[in-house]
Amino acid sequence: MNNLTPDEITEILPHRGHRHHGTGAAAFLEQGKTRLVLVGNPNVGKSMFFNYLTGLYVDVSNFPGTTVEVSHGDHPKYAVYDTPGIYGVSSFNDEERVARDIILEGDLILNVVDAVHLERDLFLTLQLIDMGKKMIVCLNMMDEAKSRGLAINVQELSARLGVPVLPTTAIHKTGFDRMEEQLAQACVGNSESSLHRRLHELLNRVGSQAEALMVLEGDSIIAERHGVPPGDEREQIYVERRNRVNRLLDKVVTATEQKHSISATLGRYATSPWLGFPFLAVILYALYLFVGTFIAGDVVDLTEGTIGNRMFEPWVKDHVAAWTATDIVVEKVGEDAAGEEITLATRTFNFPEGTDANPALLQQMDSFRDGGTNNLRYNFSSPWAVIFFGEFGAFSMTVTYLLFLLLPLVLGFYLSLSLLEDSGYLPRLATFVDRALTMLGLNGRAIIPLILGFGCVTMATITTRLLGTDREKRIATTILQFAIPCSAQLAVIAALLATAGTGATLVYVAVILTVFITIGTVLDKTLPGTSSPLLLDLPPMRLPRARNVLQKTWVKTLAFMKEATPWFFIGALAVSILQVTGLLQQWVDILAPITTGWLKLPAEASQAFVMGLVRRDFGAAGLYEMALTPMQVVVALTTITLFVPCIASLMVMLKERGTREGLVIWIGSWILAFGVGGLVALVVI
Amino acid sequence: MPSSASVPLVKLRKGDHGVILTLPKQAELRSQCIRLGICVAAQVRCSQRLPGGTIIIEIGRQEIAIGKALAGEIEVNVE
Ligand SMILES: Nc1nc2c(ncn2[C@@H]2O[C@H](COP(=O)(O)OP(=O)(O)O)[C@@H](O)[C@H]2O)c(=O)[nH]1
Ligand SMILES: [Mg+2]
Repeated sequence: MNNLTPDEITEILPHRGHRHHGTGAAAFLEQGKTRLVLVGNPNVGKSMFFNYLTGLYVDVSNFPGTTVEVSHGDHPKYAVYDTPGIYGVSSFNDEERVARDIILEGDLILNVVDAVHLERDLFLTLQLIDMGKKMIVCLNMMDEAKSRGLAINVQELSARLGVPVLPTTAIHKTGFDRMEEQLAQACVGNSESSLHRRLHELLNRVGSQAEALMVLEGDSIIAERHGVPPGDEREQIYVERRNRVNRLLDKVVTATEQKHSISATLGRYATSPWLGFPFLAVILYALYLFVGTFIAGDVVDLTEGTIGNRMFEPWVKDHVAAWTATDIVVEKVGEDAAGEEITLATRTFNFPEGTDANPALLQQMDSFRDGGTNNLRYNFSSPWAVIFFGEFGAFSMTVTYLLFLLLPLVLGFYLSLSLLEDSGYLPRLATFVDRALTMLGLNGRAIIPLILGFGCVTMATITTRLLGTDREKRIATTILQFAIPCSAQLAVIAALLATAGTGATLVYVAVILTVFITIGTVLDKTLPGTSSPLLLDLPPMRLPRARNVLQKTWVKTLAFMKEATPWFFIGALAVSILQVTGLLQQWVDILAPITTGWLKLPAEASQAFVMGLVRRDFGAAGLYEMALTPMQVVVALTTITLFVPCIASLMVMLKERGTREGLVIWIGSWILAFGVGGLVALVVI
Repeated sequence: MPSSASVPLVKLRKGDHGVILTLPKQAELRSQCIRLGICVAAQVRCSQRLPGGTIIIEIGRQEIAIGKALAGEIEVNVE
């Protein structure tokens, strides 16, 4: 599946589509109530309509057979569906296929259009009308249209389209009071007469005008579903439709003076060859302050450091220790004059039958702990207790990791991303970095997974789905898995580099950047096929709305946690099993000679590398305790950054990219990490 | 000064106006262009060009960013 060109994929998809999408949509949509489907281009305000119509209780689920999320909610009269933003109904990508299938099964369409961008949006509107669906059009963003001096003759537009048109300003709910009344009057619009005749011939064979149009426009999936050959008239129909849009615009839109608004000026700055850099620098710095310092520092210190490590895990382990054999190592910690954490005293308490069986010793332990700050380490004897509640246990570490480390980070990253998206900066950023990414065989859109990689490589690997071709997904995944340190790891790396000095930091950054660029360039030169070029409409820059941003953040975070959580548990389970069977130690022993001979590091560093399998930050954290020279720090950090990513991201990669490609990337990162680490050692040590 | 010349879109300078003459060869890309309003006879204005060849054009009130490779495949008549 993974070596296919887009063309080959389109050839195969009909079969897949027939199974998943064909029956999927019908089964996915609720039966009984009238199914109201919101359709529109990206960023036109669909979600605001959806929120208005459905209220609080919303269900977000993956459309069957795809990774596209669809929100579904209830209105007293309708079952409401929010489809992904699309520019036309067809099957160019997963979003379109999902939107198409929901539209085909829907009873009533609410088409949201951006009054400022009718040139773009009416193409979809006319296509929906040509599909013969009952619909209304909501002419949204009327406030912006007004401030830009656009006058739109709504009556004329409605008369020409043949469907009700309702002017709205979603952010102020203007016009929303008339929505139900308009929905009740929804009707089939005026499709083009010549098209109508051609559709009629097909109609008998495929059942509905909508599906007939899809077949005529060459949609091979729908054609296959009905056992007819796909038409070859797409381009002709598109051009005619485009001309209809232009004629329509001539009749209904009058533009008076074009004011230069602040948003237009900002938009120009963001993509200006010179000002774009300071613009980007300011945004990156703000991102760093928010995610890097506030979330990864303050918030995670509280959630992971205090709640997770000092409250949640001891509480869980304490309950387990009550009935199973264990050693408990108590480490009393305090702060030295400089405010650094130091160990005051350590003592080990031995409970061969669990703590309940020996209250006297427990008493002793409590008096040793003395109410101050303690780190507790439970060494359970039973392998089962270790697997589920031990150092890497599914119910101890994994829960802390997911809820108290990953969740705040993912929330922080998605919040930033939603802000960038809703403000209109994200597409401009993609445009600005397009050229640089082209050299790596990607286009500007790949900036999104690359940024997310600095948060969580697992999350970023999932996001590579938005890239246009399989080739780009492969390049982006490889770069992510090899050269991008995730936030958990970055914090530890930064701390180690701070102690190693500026020289070491520069060498480290130079090495990682070189590897990053080399991987992209080499893959671009060697992989067959071509990557897709950038083709992106730039929405106006605007002030993001809090509720919309929060909702988006929440939906994305929830979707990620739902999808990734099982992999984190499976990964932890696998590592715990390696631990209790002694295989983990064997691995450490195998790596030890390479570590000392080739990387010129102490033998214990191999322990740190293997720990990196469990969690990337564990690997780096293990280096703290070793007395390394600055250049040894560089070698160790280079190796650990390039070294295989955590087990959860391996699992997700195997799922996204297939077993073979996933394993090639994984094994490749072993070779690359030790290869480059050794070369750096040769030069600097 | 000649009144018009046919050049690839990628050659447009900031502020240049032009009329589109041909679209890219690949069918799906062409369809995607038409949807966004990039079609034969459309009036375009180059509103920005970035070093390296990524270009931003305006068609009506719509701004569209186009990568170098694609912009090289679209011919325009510069006015
Ligand atoms: N000025 C203005 N902004 C709007 C209006 N409707 C939506 N927006 C903004 O447009 C952006 C995109 O809205 P959203 O509902 O996420 O669009 P979707 O992608 O179609 O779901 C958000 O930042 C909204 O706040 C409107 O009527 N006027
Ligand atoms: Mg939305």
